[in-house]
Order: sequence, then structure tokens, then C-alpha cells
Amino acid sequence: MDTLLAAFENMVKSASDWMRLTLDAPSTRAVVFGVPIGGHLFLEGLLFVVILFLLSQKSYKPPKRPLTKKEIDELCDEWVPESLIPSIADEMNYEPPVLESAAGPHTMINGKDVVNFTSANYLGLLGNEKLLDSCTKSLEKYGVGSCGPRGFYGTIDVHLDCEAKIAKFLGTSDSILYSYGLSTMFSIIPAFCKKGDIVVVDEGVHWGIQNGLHLSRSTIVYFKHNDMESLQSTLEKITQDNKRAKKLRRYIIVEAVYQNSGQIAPLDEIIKLKEKYRYRVILDESNSFGVLGSSGRGLTEHCNVPIEKVDIITAAMGHALATEGGFCTGSARVIDHQRLSSSGYVFSASLPPYLASAAITAIDILEENPDLITTLKKNIAFIHKGLLDVQNLQILSDPQSPVVFLGLKKSTGSLKGDLQVLEDIADRVLKEHSIFVSTSKRSTLDKCKLPVGIRLSVSAAHTESDLMKACESFKNVTAEKFSAQ
Amino acid sequence: MITIPYLTALSTYFSYGLLFAFGQMRDFFRNIVDWWSNSTLQGYAPICLGLEDFYIRRLYLRIQDCFNRPISSPPDAWFDVVERVSNDNNKTLKRTTKVHRCLNLGSYNYLGFAASDEYCTPRVIESLKKFSPSTCSTRVDGGTTTLHAELEECVANFVGKPAAIVFGMGYATNSAILPVLLGKGGLIISDSLNHNSIVNGARGSGATVRVFQHNTPYHLEKVLREQIAEGQPRTHRPWKKIMVVVEGIYSMEGELCKLPEIVFICKKYKAYVYLDEAHSIGAIGKTGRGVCELLGVDTADVDIMMGTFTKSFGSCGGYIAGSKELIQYLKYTCPAHLYATSISPPAAQQIISAVKVILGEDGSSRGAQKLARIRENGNFFRSELQKMGFEVLGDNDSPVMPVMLYNPAKIPAFSRECLKRNVAVVTVAFPATPLLLARARICISAAHSREDLIKALEVISNVGDMVGIKYFPAEPKKQQLEGDRVKLE
Repeated sequence: MDTLLAAFENMVKSASDWMRLTLDAPSTRAVVFGVPIGGHLFLEGLLFVVILFLLSQKSYKPPKRPLTKKEIDELCDEWVPESLIPSIADEMNYEPPVLESAAGPHTMINGKDVVNFTSANYLGLLGNEKLLDSCTKSLEKYGVGSCGPRGFYGTIDVHLDCEAKIAKFLGTSDSILYSYGLSTMFSIIPAFCKKGDIVVVDEGVHWGIQNGLHLSRSTIVYFKHNDMESLQSTLEKITQDNKRAKKLRRYIIVEAVYQNSGQIAPLDEIIKLKEKYRYRVILDESNSFGVLGSSGRGLTEHCNVPIEKVDIITAAMGHALATEGGFCTGSARVIDHQRLSSSGYVFSASLPPYLASAAITAIDILEENPDLITTLKKNIAFIHKGLLDVQNLQILSDPQSPVVFLGLKKSTGSLKGDLQVLEDIADRVLKEHSIFVSTSKRSTLDKCKLPVGIRLSVSAAHTESDLMKACESFKNVTAEKFSAQ
Repeated sequence: MITIPYLTALSTYFSYGLLFAFGQMRDFFRNIVDWWSNSTLQGYAPICLGLEDFYIRRLYLRIQDCFNRPISSPPDAWFDVVERVSNDNNKTLKRTTKVHRCLNLGSYNYLGFAASDEYCTPRVIESLKKFSPSTCSTRVDGGTTTLHAELEECVANFVGKPAAIVFGMGYATNSAILPVLLGKGGLIISDSLNHNSIVNGARGSGATVRVFQHNTPYHLEKVLREQIAEGQPRTHRPWKKIMVVVEGIYSMEGELCKLPEIVFICKKYKAYVYLDEAHSIGAIGKTGRGVCELLGVDTADVDIMMGTFTKSFGSCGGYIAGSKELIQYLKYTCPAHLYATSISPPAAQQIISAVKVILGEDGSSRGAQKLARIRENGNFFRSELQKMGFEVLGDNDSPVMPVMLYNPAKIPAFSRECLKRNVAVVTVAFPATPLLLARARICISAAHSREDLIKALEVISNVGDMVGIKYFPAEPKKQQLEGDRVKLE
């Protein structure tokens, strides 16, 4: 045991002696930069190098492999596009009746004389001698087209005269003409409402306004159709939620007489709300210009609101004024801004000059004959009375609106079903009683959710016998149709 | 492709920089003055904030008198430009009663139908008396007259497609058709220099929009391959449909589109082709049928052909021509057909009569003469301008020729000097063109006679020397004389 211990002790001693010898060997005793280095630092240095090596290794990432040309070719071959249009259903083959004469209060369809309630010729100016005269003179002088946009020699003096006339008639400082009624709204809205602005709009507005809002990329909030309480609560909510709202531009967009329902907007209440919450109002007076108010100046006259309180008024001239195109009027700042930023004005050819001179003549006639408006009002009242007791159809429009909108009392449950019933009624009324009316049509792009109906546009040129005939025929057809049920 | 000489680019940048600096200084002083006086609109955000209308207020208003010039006669070869005066340094302009009789190099009057025409105008007045200036209702409701049906047939025959649909405004045609054909999940690939109406229509549709380099079929193929392989953004699902939108003649460049190559690529990758022939229908091609006829492309290969009647037919409105099913579908869904007033009947009659004249169906050869004349006029004018040393863009046979100006100060100088010498030209600057590439755009018409063109060339040459826009060396006069001698023999 002792010898084993002694031998072990010897071994350890000799091992440590040997180690001390190697560690004290001259090679491990380097003097680097004046600092003597012992042998243990050699080991530490090695460990340090190993650690550095491990840290510098990149983490494992799968290599990126972009698609090769062959793979892209395969994908392109495999891809099958949808057909350009969906397959044609039966209802898409609808052909509207073709008129063979002017779209006045009486027109010819298929050789028969029918009473026409589809054209928005509210003052009966279609076929007026003075209008046709001024158009003929204009055609002989200027030809048909204007051959250029407003910025490049497409501004003809008739355009400037027309703009001045409209501004004078309405009492605003300036106005601007557009060459198409539909493009008026969808060019004006993107010029004023930019990204980030807040726009509060009625849910029953027509497609032109909806498209303009979509192009403008602003924040859109809808309120219930023609419901002032809903408007107030919406404005309240926005102002509360959005403290930054004070720096943004804010707009309320309404129509004076709604194309889709015939309701009239209560402008005085809207102006009160606008002043309380500091919004700008854009008003579309297509169906009310020349109709409402004692001298035809529109909704502002009808509600006794001074016209300066409405910031932007637009209208399409294809209704009461019996021409084509549109205009916008307001303060000078608003109009000047549109002359450079409104895309439908800058990038499109200007209105044909004969239509502009027709507009001037139409306003002249309106100013000289205010009794046209009283006749129109009488006709509207007459037809309202006459259509009160028609089976299953009720009048959804305002009693003073020239657009008389008849909806179903008892809906069939689906939009398509309603539309079929209404189209059937309109068809029969045309074929059996020679009364031409139209049903409301909805495009696939239209987001309006209001009920569909039959639309009659009453004109000052309709005689009482025409209106009586219309009421009688509706009563007969609906009695026939719904008595079977 | 336009390559600017370095010196010109430098001087143009310098000019714009100077204008910008001056504008900022004036804005600064205006802000101080405004801080004193109160504005009437308390609590309302202004219509234009900050720098949004800087360009308009400080740069455009200085040269406002070169644009929006009113005329008081039809836009024929010679017309009357109304003089305007300004009392407040060009901020507002007032009309006077004085007129200048000027040569018209700006209106889109390619075939000379702008003024009253001996065949068309009596028929237009007749239709006015029969149908009134407007139908006051939409096409589906009661705005379709026999004239509209005749017009659509006539247009379809002329263009070479089975059916057509007509709208009252060319701009609204593009904006209302593209959303109907493509929705979310579709892809629109449009040329980088397409017109604003196409851009608006593409944006309004909700489809993804990609742009390919102007008139470069190779780049179009690259974009198509990339997009089909990648699929819809983020979800990578395959695209529902792809539509490539090109124009026949690009109005700011005067170039023809490379249609045969583009149609070939689209057929290979199964994309639909939409061709906007606003400037080319009626003006190019042997019988005036547009860019398809000129370049030899079969109309059945182009899925949708669109055009306007404002330029060559002297009327207003736009059309879409395609297969019968396409037109039937559009009549059922397109908002411009369902909600907008139908095209005015006298304008429709003008188009029908103009097409009859072009095709020679009125019994005379005026149509063929007009087509030959516009081609001759266009080519003569372009070659003469190039000989004088101007930088003229565009292809041969195109009636639109832009002449490069570049410098912002040369724009009003060229325009005003030409007007003084009774030649009316159109100058285009930012934002319709890129910032550095301002140009004067000349539109030749079949109504211009050879003397008119020679006078115009003289005036433009004089003004060009004065303003300094002859960027290329002029051909020496000796060669010209020899050329004339050869012609006489």
C-alpha cells in the first residue's frame, strides 16, 4: 500500500514537474509588447478564436430560388382567364322601345301615338319654336362639334355667354359648363374631396355621385335616405370621434330631388346642421332646376335659403332645360379651382355650341314665362290625386316632385321579383293603353339599396286628358293584374 | 424616346428652380400679409392646403393667356380668336370685342368636318327639327330613337365589328366601361402615357393596375409573364382576367401604337386587348378605318375597340365596338347607358352623314379626297419642319406633330409670338407632359390648303429662330433647291 501511494505520489509529482517545465519553457514565455505572457494564455487565446468563429457563422436560411423561365412558361400556359363577360341571361336581351319622333309629351312608337312619361322634359321645352330656331342658327354658324378641350381653342363665345347667363339667373358669382350630365358629378367630387377628407352622403344618391366618391378616395359615411335625424347623429359621431376633423375638409352631399326615389331634401335643416358642424354642402339640382321655387331657381328658392349658403350647386341640363351637358355654380374660388383640376373639364372636349345656345334660350324662355312652372305644379298635383287609389301601388315620392315614383305596397320579397312585376305592369300599360312609363333600372355597379318602382316624369306640356288617361290605365291594369291574386 | 441635350436640360432645370424660388418667396410674403387680415371662412379648412395649388398660383397664372383662348367662329382652318386683356397682371382675363383672324393649328379637325358642311349640315338641321336637341331621357327609358339604332349599325359597319354601342361623351365611355368589365381580382396593364379617362376608368374599376413602358412590346411581355406567374398581390391566387389597354395614336407624342406586336403578345398570354382609337379613327388608314387598317391588324383580334367622334367626325360622343354578346351585356349593365342622357340626335345625324361622306356613299369622292389630303398635308408638314431643324416627334402618317420646346420661358414666347403673326398654336406643359418636356402640338387638318401650310411654316420658322428651338441642324438650302428642281421636271 505504501509503495503504491509512493508510486502514485511520484507520478503526480513528475507530471506536474513536466507540466511546469513545458509551461515555463522558453517558447511559452513570449514577451509581446513589453508584457510577459504565460503559457495559460495560449489556451485562452485558442478558446477565444473558436468562439469568434462560431459567432461569425450565419444563421441557416433556405436559399432563394427565383422561378426559372421554364416554370414561368408553364404557369402562363396553365393559366385560363375567365371569359370577358358572363353568359347572357334572358333578361339581358331587353330592348327598349324605339321612338320614331321627338321625345315630347306625345311620341310615336311602332307607328302608334303614345303619351310619353319617360322624358324629363319638365317644362315642355322640347319642340319649342324659339329653342329650335336658336339651335338652327347656331348649327349654321358653328357646325356641330367644338373639336377641342376648353384649354385648346374649344372655348367658344357661346360657352362663356352660357356660363354668365346661368350665374346671373341663379345669383352666384360664376359658373362652369361640363359637356355631359353624368360626368359633372364624378369630375367635381374628386376635384374637391381628396384622400383623408370626410364626406357624409345620403345613401340614395345616383351612380354618378357614387363613382365620384369612389374615385376621390376620401372617407365616406352614409346616412339614411332623407332622414335628418340620422344626418345629425352621423355628424355628431364624426365630430366627436375625430378631433383632427377640424383640419380636414368636410362635405355633405345631397340631391335636391332624388333620381332614385323622388324625395325632396329639406335644405333649410341641412343648412342649419352644416353651419353648426362647419361642413361644406354640395347640392345636385338636376331634377329641381327650373322646377322648384316660384321662378324656377331651384331648391334654394323653394326653401327660402340664400344661395350663398350652399357652397357648390351642380345640375345636369338634360332635364328641365331640354339640352345636354351639365353645369356647376358657386363662389369664384370654387369655380376657378375646377377649371384646372376637374378631369372631366380639362381632359374632355367641350360642349357642342348648339347645345350651349339651346341652354341660353331655355333660360330666356323660363324667365319670360313663369307660368310654365305653375302649370307643371298643377299637373303634378292632378296626377298625385289620380294615382292615390291604385291597387298595390303607392306613391313614394314627395307631392311636389316632378318625378312621380310608384312602388309596390306588398313586395314580392326579392328585387328581381319586384322588378318583374313592375315591368309587366309597364309593358301592359304601354301595349293596351299607349302610356309610356319606365321602371327604375339598376346597374351591377350601383350600390343604392332603395326600393325599385315605376317612374313617371310629369311635364308642363302634358294636358289634363293625358294625365287622366294615365291614371285610368294604371287603375285598370293593376286591377286586372292583382284581382287574380 | 426623347433625349434632351445636356445644356437644354440644365437650363430648363435652372429656369424651373428660379420660378420655384420666386414663388416660395411670394408665398412667404403673402402668408405674412394674410396673418394680418382675417379670412371669412372661420372653422372651415381651405379648399387647397399649402402647396397643393402652388404650381397653379405661381407658375401657371403667369402664362394663363396662352390657354383657354376663346374663339367666336367655327374651329375650321381659319378662325377668329377673341382678344383678352388683363388689368391685374394675368390673374383674371376679360374678353374684348376685338378678334384676330388666325390660322388654326390646334383644333382636332382632322377631316375638316368642323364647320358647317354642304352634305352634313342640312341633314343635321332636318333631324333637329324632327327629334329636338335632346331626348331628355336615358337610352333604356325612352331615349332610343331610330337615329340611335341607325347610328350604332353604321358605326359597327365602319369599324368592322359585329355590333356597337354609342354614348354621349368619349371621356365617360372609358370611365364607365372599364369598371363593368373588370372588378377586384382583375388586372389592367396600361401604357404609361395613356389618357386621363383610361386612368380614371381603371382606378374606378377596383382592379389592380400595372403600367408598361410606353409602346415597348418587349416590356409588356415581361410584365405579363411576371404578373401571371405571381398572381394577385398578397394572396397569389391566379388573376381572373387580364386586360391590356393601349391607344391608337398617343396625342401628346403623335406616335402610332405598335399594334401587331402587342396583339401577338396578348394572344400568346391570353390577355384581352382594349384599343382606344380617339385620335386615329377616321384620320388614318386608306379608307379612314383607323390604326387596324393602317397596320394590317384583323379587327377580330382586338376584343374591344373604343373611339370618339369629336376629332374626325366633327361631332361629340364615344362608342364601343365588339361582339354581339359583349354589346348586349354592356347595354344591360353599363351605367353610362342606364343613367346618362342619350346622345343628342343632331349630333348622331352628323356622325352618320360624316361616315357616309368618308365612305363615298353620298355620291361624291369628297371622302377619299379628304383622306388623301390629310395624309399629304401631314407628311409634308412634318418633313418640312424636320428639314428646318425642329425636333418633331411622332410617326409618319400621323396628323399630330409635337414640336419640342423644353424651356418654360419658351412656352409663352412661342405661343404669343405665333398669335401676333396670326397663327394659333397649342402649347402643352406640366402636368399634361413631364416637367422637362414641354412642347407645342400641331394638328393638321384636311381643310388646310397648301398655301396655309406654307404660311404656317414661314411663321413657325421665324418664331423658332427668335425663340431658339431649332435643336437640330437645319438641312442646307442647296439640297432643298435641287429637290424642287427635280419635282418640276
